[in-house]
Amino acid sequence: MGSHNFEIHDKGAKSTDHEGHVTPFNVYVKVAAALFALTFLTVGAHAVHEHLEPFGALIAFSIAAVKAYLVMAFFMHLKYETKMNRAIFISGFLFLLLLFVITTLDIYTRIIQHSIL
Amino acid sequence: MSTNRLVNGVEVASHFKDEKHQYSSNKEGLWLFMATEILMFGGLFVGYTIYHTMYPEMFAEGAKYLDWKLGFINTLVLIFSSFTMALGIYYNQMNQSKKATFALATTVLCGAIFMCIKYMEYTHKFHLGIFPGHMLDVAKVHPEHANLGMYFGFYFCMTGLHGLHVLIGMGLITWCLIRNMKGEFNSKYYTPVEGVGIFWHIIDLIWIFLFPLLYLVG
Repeated sequence: MGSHNFEIHDKGAKSTDHEGHVTPFNVYVKVAAALFALTFLTVGAHAVHEHLEPFGALIAFSIAAVKAYLVMAFFMHLKYETKMNRAIFISGFLFLLLLFVITTLDIYTRIIQHSIL
Repeated sequence: MSTNRLVNGVEVASHFKDEKHQYSSNKEGLWLFMATEILMFGGLFVGYTIYHTMYPEMFAEGAKYLDWKLGFINTLVLIFSSFTMALGIYYNQMNQSKKATFALATTVLCGAIFMCIKYMEYTHKFHLGIFPGHMLDVAKVHPEHANLGMYFGFYFCMTGLHGLHVLIGMGLITWCLIRNMKGEFNSKYYTPVEGVGIFWHIIDLIWIFLFPLLYLVG
């Protein structure tokens, strides 16, 4: 029982490493500026999307993925979170990916007789 | 809770060892909730992808009714609101509660602007006879594709669910705002603000993917 308590206390001590971390104000400003710029880039890419085909959607979502990373790492403070919390959140995306891949395979092999890509 | 006790100046529930244990547990629970949010919205995204693959021209017809400029402005508004939300937490960490209150209030205001633009988009569509699914006014809209209602089923469900989350987020931020003005948060304890902040960033995250999907890629 005593060693169990010690274990909890240890986990508690480790997980407060991030508690002490305060993201500096100018980091928030830089991330916000980058997000704004990437939004303009997304719209700019859309304006010339005829020239980008067939990669238009891929480019739009790649830019969105970069924006998502910035929001998650800095605004959500995930970069400074515990490994457990990062793993929990990313597992949501991994299972979503699984859903997406299996569904796509089903659609392309069963419903669509020929590939549209 | 009457079984709470003070540990290092922070109210701690009786089943936690200390305030650090309470904080870690709270954060972990919040992240578990966020994973479920990702899966919920993700399911809608997958559904959209399936039917977009099956009916590409019908989806293209539906996408023509969306104004990318409004979606673009909404994206900038939400990104700015995420910035002010992060500042709301930052100022609490710095024990500057007046500035935190101002930052949180700005975040709610941005949410309101987002919902106003959303309201304008919705009412314009209703005016044209565009409703989700079977409720689409076929006589008024004269769609090229008979199942155009499906596109708008996705549109209204995805943006509607997102909009509902924005409203809930605004309510939660207001609750934090009021508690902040009462002086309940400081550099040692700001967990509710952080939790609501993470929720608000999820909302921004979802919109970051929703905007190109609906308004740009179509």
